[in-house]
Formats: sequence, structure tokens, C-alpha cells
Amino acid sequence: MANRIVILGAGTGGTLTANRLRRRLGDRAEITVVDRDDEHLYQPGLLFVPFGVEHPERLVRSRAKQLRSGIDFRLGEVERVEADASTVHLADGTELGYDVLVVASGAELLPEETEGLTGPGWNESTFTFYTLEGATALRDALARFDRGRLVVSIVDMPIKCPVAPLEFSFLADWYLRRRGVRDRVELTYVTSLDGAFTRATCDRALSGLLAGKDIELVTEFNTGEVDGAGGRLVSWDDREVPFDLLVTVPLHGGAAYVSRSPGLGDDLGFLDTDQRTLQAKVAPNVFAIGDSANVPTSKAGSVAHFAAETLIENIDRHLAGRELVETFDGHTNCFIESGFHKALLIDFDYEVEPLPGHYPIPRLGPLALLKESRLNHLAKLAFQSFYWHMLLPGRDVPGLGAQFSMTGKQQLPALPIEQGAAR
Amino acid sequence: MSALTYSGAPVEVDAEGFLQKPEQWTEEMAGDIARESGIDELTDRHWQVVNFMRKSYLDTGSAPSIRTLGKASGVPIKELYALFPKGPAKLAAKIAGIPKPPGCI
Repeated sequence: MANRIVILGAGTGGTLTANRLRRRLGDRAEITVVDRDDEHLYQPGLLFVPFGVEHPERLVRSRAKQLRSGIDFRLGEVERVEADASTVHLADGTELGYDVLVVASGAELLPEETEGLTGPGWNESTFTFYTLEGATALRDALARFDRGRLVVSIVDMPIKCPVAPLEFSFLADWYLRRRGVRDRVELTYVTSLDGAFTRATCDRALSGLLAGKDIELVTEFNTGEVDGAGGRLVSWDDREVPFDLLVTVPLHGGAAYVSRSPGLGDDLGFLDTDQRTLQAKVAPNVFAIGDSANVPTSKAGSVAHFAAETLIENIDRHLAGRELVETFDGHTNCFIESGFHKALLIDFDYEVEPLPGHYPIPRLGPLALLKESRLNHLAKLAFQSFYWHMLLPGRDVPGLGAQFSMTGKQQLPALPIEQGAAR
Repeated sequence: MSALTYSGAPVEVDAEGFLQKPEQWTEEMAGDIARESGIDELTDRHWQVVNFMRKSYLDTGSAPSIRTLGKASGVPIKELYALFPKGPAKLAAKIAGIPKPPGCI
């Protein structure tokens, strides 16, 4: 009898997992993918929408159409998972029994958890570009903005794509200069962290970029309230940052059903997950991939991509009753748009900081690590096509290994321990 | 990792002074760690948070985030910042004798 595999979520992680499992297991498995809608959003594209560089309608495709034939796609809202009974309960009363469950539901935005954020001014003077609606509304407001205080803020970690708000700041600087109004705008970057980025080597490189673009940096600012009408960000310890236009990244949490499912998630609704095997702690036949897992990586599509290899191997092993492999190393890479048609590329894992060098081939690259270049920018733009045609279908890419590699990277002197990844 | 002495007892701590073995912690130590961190006296409200923090860690193996503290400890976030200035979750964990919360990247 075929094994029943249920995958919750048809975003980056769920889709590429379904496609790779289908290819690997064939008719040995019946794969069902559940999502609440049929709109697969290319999330990296959101960053460009506010600047009119990307168009909202180009970023959405059918979820079902990204799945290989033979995979069952089901529309439905998940009510809860009963891991003890290996059953998923949908809101319409349907019960889905499974032999293996993969949670790939990503992270959700929780703007209503910050006092005042969704009150007066929401989508008028206070925005987020983390949704299609928000990014589109912001585009129109930004087009009219020609003087005053523009504040970009992170309420608190964890967030998806932690570099996106920095990229937004760089692009805003470029956009305002191009329009000839940059000298009438004060641009401020506000973060709950104690530096611009969470990794020490990046933090040094990126803090310099901020200063070079005349972007003020406010650190350790824990936003307690957004006063949209009064144009103030207020921290829990009573500091204030005034704004005319606020672009914020709201609090994130896991999918709501995770918290309704006994033993499944942590206190923020992310899945308690083994960071090497990607097996959930709640039960041996539950796995997690992508943003929904509470592994200490960035919440980013590249992580889901690199994690898939370990996940697929371990699902196969679990079904065969074999021991799991502990091969996921936290490999992450991301492009960082820095404006003026340039970008940086960073590549790191659980242990190793982003280092300068070339990727993926030593000395040749073609991509430069931790350094601005035009080619990195072009690669970031080309990535959208790669995403739909290579990454989601689960095709292997020659020369691009899932495991982090020191090849092509320059060793740096050891960094002080207290600047490590854990924050 | 290195060794420190609080209230006459040796404890293992990390580079930032977080206890690595919660079982080495005593209530007297909490007062010592608090004073070193600039909190002169632990009030009942402080203790409510410290005890919640410790119990959560011992029950679940991980320290609660500031958002969970605000929702579940009985002390609102605003007051948490007044009681434990700068980083309530981090400071309360230190005083509660549990390892540094991993936080996020």
C-alpha cells in the first residue's frame, strides 16, 4: 500500500518538497498538499513593488500548477493537527490521516499584536511591504512622498528575510535620489537588534553602507506602540522616533493552527524541530521545512531549498524504518540589494559567518560574496525565473550544493564570541 | 565556559554570565546576579517573572520570549521593561539561572 504523505502549505518549502518526494517515491506515496488558497506569491518580488520596479500581478501564480502531476492539491483551512492520532483536521470537518506529515505553513504577519499599528494611518502613513496589498499601497504613497521623515522599522525578530528591510532602505535612498528629493528626506532605520544585521561580519559591512547612504541607524529599539495619527514610534522603554511615513515589518508568528495543535509548536507557533534532521519533536512521523520550523536559521526561501535534500532523504528513511541523517547545516544564502543596480551576496550556515570571496566557484565566482557588484543585482533579478522553473519543480542545479561549503571563501580572523549568531 | 562563585557556591557560566546548569542555581544567587546587573532589590513582581521563566524552561527546555512573557507571566510587557531594563527576557533568564535564550537570526 502506498504511504500517505500530507504536506500543509504550498509555498516555497511545501511545493518543492511535494515535487521532490513525487519524483523520488513515485507511486510508493500518495501525496496530498493542502493550502487555503491557490495563489502562490513570489515573496522576494515584494521588495521591488513599492518602487514601481516590479508589478504585483507578475508575482502571483497558481499553487496547483506548480505541483507535478500525480500530486493531490486540496483547498482548505487547517483547524488542527492531532499528532498522537496522525490526523489533520480541516475546518470543514474533513479528516486527513497520514503516515508522514510535513508542516510547511510558513510564517504569518501579526500587525494587530503591536498597539496602534493597524489603527489610524494604517496603509495611509504606516505600511508594510510584506504583503501584496501593503506593498502596492506603499508604492502609491511613496510616489507622492517628497519631503519629511521616512522611517523603516523592524518590530521584533524573527522575521522573514531579515535583510529585506535593509534592502528597502537602500532602495529608498536610490529611489529618492533618482527623483531628486533625497536631500529633503531624513531616512532612518530602526531595529530591535543591537546592529544592522544579526551576523557580525555582515553587520560591519552593512552598517558602513547605511552611513555611506546617509541613513541614520537606531538600534535596540523595541517598538511598543505605533501612533499613526501622531507620527510616532514609541518603544517599551519610552524612547520615540518621529515619522511622516513609516515602513514597518510587523511581528511574525507561525500558522494559527500550530498553536491549536497539542505539542506541535513553540510559544510563537513555530514547529519545534530538530535542526539537523528536520524531524519535529512532537512525533517521529512529523517533519517541518522552511519558515514554519523553529530552527536557528534565517527565515528565507534559500534555507527551505537547501533543507529539502535532508528532508526528502529523512522522509524516505523514516518510511523504510531506517535511522535519520543529521545533515542539515543551516545553509543560507541571500542577495542584498544595495541600490543603483548593485547587490551583495552572502552565504553562511549554523556555524560559519558570511565571508568574502566568490560563489560558487573559487576566484571565478561569477558572484562576489559580501561585496557590492552589478552581477549580483542581475543574478537577483534572474532568480525569479530560476524560482519558478528550477527551484519549485525540484530540479537539481549543477554546481550548487545543498551543503554549505568553504570553497571560494576567504578565512577571516576569529570573531569575538559574544557577537555570534545567537541573539 | 568558565566557573564563577555566587553566594559561596561554584557555578558554570557562559561568556556573558548565564548559568549553564540550572540545577546549580539558588534563590540567594538570584539576588547576587540581579545586583551585578543593576537591579538592587528583587521585588515580588520581579520574582513572579523569574519564577515563571524558570518553570517554563524546566518544563519545556526553552526560555519564553518577551512576547510570551507579556501574555502568560501575568506581568505586562511595559512593566517587564521597567522591572528588567533594556532586555527583559534576557535579563530575567540570567537572574533565573537558565541559559541565554537562543533568540533569532
